[in-house]
Amino acid sequence: MKILICLSNVPDTTTKIKFTDDNTKFDETGVQWVINPWDELALTRALELKEDAGANVEKVTVINVGLANTEPTIRKALAIGADDAIRVNAEPKDAFFVASQIANAIKDQGFDIIINGIESSDFNGSAVGGMLAEMLDLPSVSAVSAMKVENGAIVIDREIDGGKEVLSIETPFLAVVQKGIALEPRIAAMRGIMMARKKPLTIIEAVDVQAMTDFVAYEMPQPKPPCKMVDADNVKDLVNLLHNEAKVI
Amino acid sequence: MSVLVFTENWDGKFKKSSFELVSYASKIAEMLNTSTVALSIGNVTEDELKNLGKHGADKILSVTDERFNYLENQAYTSVIAQAAAKESASVLVFANNNMGKALAPRVAVKMNAGLGAGVDQLPKSTEPFTIHKKVYSGNAFGNVIIKTDVKVLTLMQNSFMIVENQKDGAVETFAPEVNEAHFKTKVKDVAKQTGQIILTDAEIVVSGGRGMKGAENWGAIEELAEVLGAATACSRPVSDEGWRPHNEHTGQTGKIIAPNLYIAAGISGAIQHIAGVSGTKCLVAINTDKDAPIFEVADYGIVGDALKVLPELVAGIKELKS
Repeated sequence: MKILICLSNVPDTTTKIKFTDDNTKFDETGVQWVINPWDELALTRALELKEDAGANVEKVTVINVGLANTEPTIRKALAIGADDAIRVNAEPKDAFFVASQIANAIKDQGFDIIINGIESSDFNGSAVGGMLAEMLDLPSVSAVSAMKVENGAIVIDREIDGGKEVLSIETPFLAVVQKGIALEPRIAAMRGIMMARKKPLTIIEAVDVQAMTDFVAYEMPQPKPPCKMVDADNVKDLVNLLHNEAKVI
Repeated sequence: MSVLVFTENWDGKFKKSSFELVSYASKIAEMLNTSTVALSIGNVTEDELKNLGKHGADKILSVTDERFNYLENQAYTSVIAQAAAKESASVLVFANNNMGKALAPRVAVKMNAGLGAGVDQLPKSTEPFTIHKKVYSGNAFGNVIIKTDVKVLTLMQNSFMIVENQKDGAVETFAPEVNEAHFKTKVKDVAKQTGQIILTDAEIVVSGGRGMKGAENWGAIEELAEVLGAATACSRPVSDEGWRPHNEHTGQTGKIIAPNLYIAAGISGAIQHIAGVSGTKCLVAINTDKDAPIFEVADYGIVGDALKVLPELVAGIKELKS
């Protein structure tokens, strides 16, 4: 079985978000770039399945749509344990553009399971996975919080509002995974970092696709008034404020 | 032309988010001078379907085919696209929840439509069609132009007020073409809570962190949730410790929620936790550490031991309600 993980290259989650050029461009000054946290969990789970002999996973590939500056992030995925990588050489314009590039790059490669993280921590779109599945005419399962192989069959936990469903599905399919898919992201060991330099990273040129959306301007959240403190001995004051001022109870 | 709303029901009753969606869609329909059509998939009574008319649905398409009892993304996508084609929909609206996130991107590709995911207000303009959405996990917002003729939007929960807007709400049975090849998943087991309030659909959420000191103290959280009609949640360390189930974890890697009122008891407010609740309208923090980062984002705060404060809060709210 061959597994593909789609990676986003995103600012580290503790980055102070700023913009330049009259709030039209993200300010990359001093930003640390990382594998999108959910994609990292997806990769971790794929590697766990590869180590499980019963799961019969022969290869884990990662793909990213980005310019050469995303290669450190791709190499990190290889250092964590992916077998090989694909980079589609293009500036990601929107989710439709990214999904189109991935669809084109992998359409003849016969991946059995394609995994996307639930959203990227930059644009929070939750879109590439579903779009890619539709473009490839593949079944998809979203909100996946667990994935196992039992007697050769794929068994998935899908979160639903207020509960979960356990379902089985045949390959090929696409999974959009979230919290629970793996406990902690795997960290690259020194040996992995050394090996990553020698692993294959294929660069594919982009196809001509138009983005369907344009980011025109960013806004910072309105500065919020300072927290109104209530004395711990007068909890009733809080009840009054919530009822009369905030009007939420 | 029309604006098509994808609604969701919970055991035959529409979710609160579906009424938000219909209210929202009917406002967009007004902006575009067109009508609002709601699509319901599942076993919902005519009376309940009619409730969508009270919030702005001119027409309701009802699909009751049992093959749709469980979500099958490709099959649902096909139904929604057929409904959109039949009603010449130019805007399709979904909730930005599990189901909306599963379907909206697929539907967008199928209909050659641009996707605006996680919008938090009405479009700023319809020409060009400009939406406003959260980016960088709530640390900023983006204005985005959707350039295609057909637009697909997912609306953040609790970001649009439910309004009364009585419309015709004519119920029409809709029998779409169904492709058996689209049914690829088999549901083997379902664990579904009953009777409780669903966390992602809740208006009020009471959440506990490490400051609650142990699973045995959760009675105080549950009691407050009960008097407020709230759902319960927790921070990541709490679910990692196994004090509470993982499905209660709110935060960047857990559930992302946007209730009207979020009460954080014994939660210090790590940036990843805040990212999951940044859409909250009113945030109340109770923490022993006056320098905890949660107070920087809270609207109201009490420096104190949550285990002492929560029972007093319960008493105060009971008094208010009586």
